[in-house]
Amino acid sequence: MKHKTFFWFFLPTALAMLVFIAAPMVSIVMQSLFVPHEAVLIETENCGPFGCTTSTAIDQEATAALRAEKPLGRFVGLDIYKDRGHLAFAEVGEAWQNTDSIGAFFSEMGDLPFYDALAFTLTYTFVCTPLLIMLGFAIAVAVNSLSRKIRGFVIFFSLLPMIVTPLVGSLVLFWMIDSRGVLGNLISYLVNDPDLSVKASTPLMWISIITYGIWSSAPFAFVVFYAGLQTVPQDTLESAQIDGATRWQQIRYVVFPHLMPLVTFVALIQLMDNFKVFEPIVGFNAAAHATSLSWIVFNDLGGETRQLSAAATTSVLTVLGVAILLSPVLVRTWRDFRGKT
Amino acid sequence: MAAPSQRMPTGLKIGLVAFTVVWLILAAFPFLWTVWGSFKVELDFFSIADWTYALTGERTQITHGSPFTTAGYEGAWIENQFWRNAINTFIVCFFVVCTSLTIGTLGGYALSRSGHNYVFWLLITALIFRAVPPITLVSGYLPPFFQWNLWGYLPTAIVVLVAINQPFTLWMLHSFFQKIPKELDESARVDGCTQFQAFRYVIIPVMWPGVITTGLFSFLLAYNDFAVTTMLLAESNRTMIPAINAFLGTTQTEGNVMFAVAAVVSATVPLFILVMFFQRQIVSGLTAGAVKG
Repeated sequence: MKHKTFFWFFLPTALAMLVFIAAPMVSIVMQSLFVPHEAVLIETENCGPFGCTTSTAIDQEATAALRAEKPLGRFVGLDIYKDRGHLAFAEVGEAWQNTDSIGAFFSEMGDLPFYDALAFTLTYTFVCTPLLIMLGFAIAVAVNSLSRKIRGFVIFFSLLPMIVTPLVGSLVLFWMIDSRGVLGNLISYLVNDPDLSVKASTPLMWISIITYGIWSSAPFAFVVFYAGLQTVPQDTLESAQIDGATRWQQIRYVVFPHLMPLVTFVALIQLMDNFKVFEPIVGFNAAAHATSLSWIVFNDLGGETRQLSAAATTSVLTVLGVAILLSPVLVRTWRDFRGKT
Repeated sequence: MAAPSQRMPTGLKIGLVAFTVVWLILAAFPFLWTVWGSFKVELDFFSIADWTYALTGERTQITHGSPFTTAGYEGAWIENQFWRNAINTFIVCFFVVCTSLTIGTLGGYALSRSGHNYVFWLLITALIFRAVPPITLVSGYLPPFFQWNLWGYLPTAIVVLVAINQPFTLWMLHSFFQKIPKELDESARVDGCTQFQAFRYVIIPVMWPGVITTGLFSFLLAYNDFAVTTMLLAESNRTMIPAINAFLGTTQTEGNVMFAVAAVVSATVPLFILVMFFQRQIVSGLTAGAVKG
């Protein structure tokens, strides 16, 4: 295909991505370096028969002029990154010096919103991902052993947790674990504590959200592994049987190696997706116990006072986190590409 | 097929079936429970007295004279005009799917038929864009949208969703078009067609399976989106998912929770139907694409 033809075919999609993905990414970096202008104040002295009073007023003209002159705002460099709401260098340094044990240091860090959110985001990402891969694999093996007639039925119900809107899925679970809901009742019956409330306990909230994460993403792993199981080389399996391999050995030495690339694929995709965790925190109404980086951005943007600079700064930090998680995928794709040419 | 050595011992077989049943309950029970409960009053669905009320509808019987009530649905759809949100969702999904498929097929086709080096870099860029969480882009959208008075309208949200959709659409359609033999359009070119004519008359007629699969995932993305639509749509233009979130905000008065429950069930129904009819395409899309929807 000629360059020119390619250009015209690709132009619409390229424009869409440039304007609505690339440009906003540049924009959030800019916004994180600037803060809106403060209003220009003027002091006027009013002298009357009872003496003079000074009053401060906003100089509308000067403010408007300043805003027109520098629409980006006041340049503050990395100040927003360093403030208490983000990386909080000063507070971290202070906590490091003033606390005498690692535990105390981490509990101090937990009071800083950014690190609090980062802790949950990372816990969620790295607990959910391996567990959902294991669950997905187990389901795939179980379904693969069923007779063909009922497989379609099982797959249909298995897809539901993944297909439903994340907010809807988390609400459905949240209503069940409510202390007045069916699971909430069951749990408090099991532990014999009628006052137990998931909503009021931080560890239980973390566990619930992570459970939601596994529940909603395991079907993806299941479907991928199930498709992989259909293509396990039968010749190799048969020769393993002839050589007297037990069932477990067949799985260990034939099926696992065959599925390994898929495991890597699912793991990489899920690490990136779980890092974005956001809807379950809204659905579980869990902001008091667990926050994530995406949730902080959402929270800063919402409400009457849209704190764009703060939100943009957290956004940049989130994108950096995603970039770190994405780098192995990029390296892999690059190797594949090198291998081909 | 099953050779004697491959046949499973009964114990293992029972174990696997039991595990499947447990998983099926885990996957389906929450939905069945919520559907059942959406026809009850709040005091039954969230029962302090006895959890079996949610099954029998004790309080519903007292309040409405029958163990089932559609009060939640009436409250959501009529009183709170959830139908407006449903129409908005329909408009958004329809236009997002159409637009992103149109520009996505052109782009994906071009990527699959060009052997130049920049194709790799474009795909890598798309992969990076796909990984960026949409919520992080929102603070980039807001100032210009406010400035030019674009904020709050459906077309704005549609255009943004189309753009966010593009990286995924490109990857899927690219890998799909690569499976269509190049000889097809090359022979058309030899016969004197322009590249666009070859695309129009040779490729379009055979591309529908892949396009439908990709369209399904575009639909899911638009339908399931919460972050972007909440932030970019004014209250009067809300789609279903932000509207459900708004119901949650006003749970002070009794009964409002049931509006949210009814709305949640209503929003799940189209997805349920979608999976029923397009299960095969969804499974093939998940496994074929290098990216998840």
